[in-house]
Amino acid sequence: MNKEQTIEELKNIVKPYIQNQEAFDGLTEDTDFINDLKINSANLVDVILDIEEKYDIVIDNEAMERMVNVKAAMEIIETKLSEKNS
Amino acid sequence: MTNQEIISKLPYSKPFLFVDEIVQIDENGVEGNYTFDESLDFYKGHFKDYPVTPGVILTEVMAQIGLVCLGIFLLNDTFNRNTSIALTSTEIEFLKPVFPKEKVTVISKKIYFRFGKLKCKIIMKNEKGEEVCTGIIAGMIISK
Repeated sequence: MNKEQTIEELKNIVKPYIQNQEAFDGLTEDTDFINDLKINSANLVDVILDIEEKYDIVIDNEAMERMVNVKAAMEIIETKLSEKNS
Repeated sequence: MTNQEIISKLPYSKPFLFVDEIVQIDENGVEGNYTFDESLDFYKGHFKDYPVTPGVILTEVMAQIGLVCLGIFLLNDTFNRNTSIALTSTEIEFLKPVFPKEKVTVISKKIYFRFGKLKCKIIMKNEKGEEVCTGIIAGMIISK
């Protein structure tokens, strides 16, 4: 999985839900979905469902709770993709 | 859980309970109705000398029947006094006016219920069967 490409894909997914353009423009691995991008918890559910659809994976409650920032999201996507392909 | 039990579990009371009857409910959706009492307070001012049901109230009727009743049904035994309910988004088109004494039917279809968020496509019809409003409403229902 190409890191830059995944970050770019995640940016496209979160774009409709962000409330802080500046944090979005400067998005890095450490960007927090709720505290930095100001995505509300209800919309975070939509972000996660969009991630499931984009990567054809299923995210469980435990993974959902860990998915607080870009880095965690990428780790979870990678793990779920490798589980699927193994 | 019977339909009457679901209504009794709703966290609303008069003058803000907007569910009379649940006609049908299952894990994919709900249909229910409500008749607008002409003595409801907001008719005195919306509008002056011309009572029409406000859009926010129609939205509330759609949310109470289409989202909250369905949410209680889906949570079943895990719904209790500690369950938090919050409306999180609405996107509604209003097509026709609804006047005092009119009976409306709300038909809701679940889009998804994941991670405590329930999102539904909801239609409201009048007694003639005409669509009066349609849209998508979402809320969070979380058992602590």
